[in-house]
Amino acid sequence: MTTFTSAHTVEEALRAMHDGARPIAGGSDLVVGARQGKAPLPDLMVGIDRLRELADIAEGADGSLRIGALVRHATIEADPVVTARFCALADGSALVGSPSTRNVGTLGGNVMNGSPAMDTGAPLVVLGAEVELRSTADARRIPVEALWVGPGKTAADAGELCVALHLPPPEAGSGSAYVRLEYRRAMEIAVVGAAAQVVLAGDGTVASCRIALAAVAPTIIRAEAAERAIAGSLPAPQALAAVAEAAGAAARPIDDLRGSADYRRHTVGVVARRAVEAAARRARGETVPVPANRARGIGLPYGGAA
Amino acid sequence: MNAARAIALTVNGVAYEVAIAVDRTLVSVLRRELGLTGTKEGCDDCECGACMVLVDGRPVNSCSYLAVQADGREVMTVEGLGGEDDLAPLQRGILEAGGVQCGFCTPGMLISATALLAANPHPSEEEIRIGLSGNLCRCTGYQKIIRAVQRVAEPE
Repeated sequence: MTTFTSAHTVEEALRAMHDGARPIAGGSDLVVGARQGKAPLPDLMVGIDRLRELADIAEGADGSLRIGALVRHATIEADPVVTARFCALADGSALVGSPSTRNVGTLGGNVMNGSPAMDTGAPLVVLGAEVELRSTADARRIPVEALWVGPGKTAADAGELCVALHLPPPEAGSGSAYVRLEYRRAMEIAVVGAAAQVVLAGDGTVASCRIALAAVAPTIIRAEAAERAIAGSLPAPQALAAVAEAAGAAARPIDDLRGSADYRRHTVGVVARRAVEAAARRARGETVPVPANRARGIGLPYGGAA
Repeated sequence: MNAARAIALTVNGVAYEVAIAVDRTLVSVLRRELGLTGTKEGCDDCECGACMVLVDGRPVNSCSYLAVQADGREVMTVEGLGGEDDLAPLQRGILEAGGVQCGFCTPGMLISATALLAANPHPSEEEIRIGLSGNLCRCTGYQKIIRAVQRVAEPE
């Protein structure tokens, strides 16, 4: 017996979840998943799509950002603050599905669905995001990297609702980008993807860099060796090639209908290099339109040769 | 066995109340309970866009949206655009441009184009392509559909 209630406050939603209900925001993943036979619809569902208190983006006085779990991708990809200072996340949301998917799909839903191919995951990791979880008994914030424990699996308890994502203020001189490999431009998920946040020093060298990879492991992963490969160097061909090699080495991909493991190991290096390039350009104040992987010049010859 | 639930929704300006199982999708309720068969069920998998409707003005794949979530909301389907005697400019435009062949994708295309022009009355060709990117057409090759939207869009 499947039942559905609609929550009008977060507390109502939390009580329903305490009693065993699963939250449903836009519902795309749940409804499509049920029809595809991945998992039946939950017996108890609580609709959270009317909780306006979770649908806002709020900028803190320190430049940090709190994005409510129900903020839709369409809002994120057009938000002036996200597109100006948290570009990698705008890149990711702009690539999700189609206009209708982005109008229904929420950031919280994407995060809690826990797909290793999610387009907002690698951006959130490089931006240092934390997820805020609430239950009737407790509230906690954990880094997104600690949230994802396997494909479709999170560290959240059944009674915990994702209420927001928190992004710290980006450092001065930083830029970020997310680039994915895709076979077509809509209704697609990443074959592989990579996000980078680059902080440039005054002399143009990379002071620090964070790189995360999508669709090459059971969860989104950091590529720390790739980060070290470019720290202290100019974002120039030799260092970018080292990023690509280290990102490929960090990947633990599978073969599936979107690509073989070998193909993914190679191409994740290419998109990691392109993400670092785009992030560095943004850090220099150049305009790289959202989404970065469709912007002119990204992935085109760096320093001349293709 | 699923619990029935009464929902009230407005479709094309008409108020409806229906009792439905909570696992029913919006497209199935529109077509089977309300008899509004203009909205098509294509892939039933959130890929093709044939089931596109507006919910509170925003485009939604109605195959992947539970009808209970539309409770209290306003839905617009292709029937709400215009009928045979009073075609909306987009409907007339897609006919005149030759953007209809088998016609299966047409209702979804018209709904996506309606949402696009409401948000952006002067779209570039690129913006039209993005606006329609969630709608598949296997007949026309898209060019004439794009042209129809261009022709209807208010000149800058």
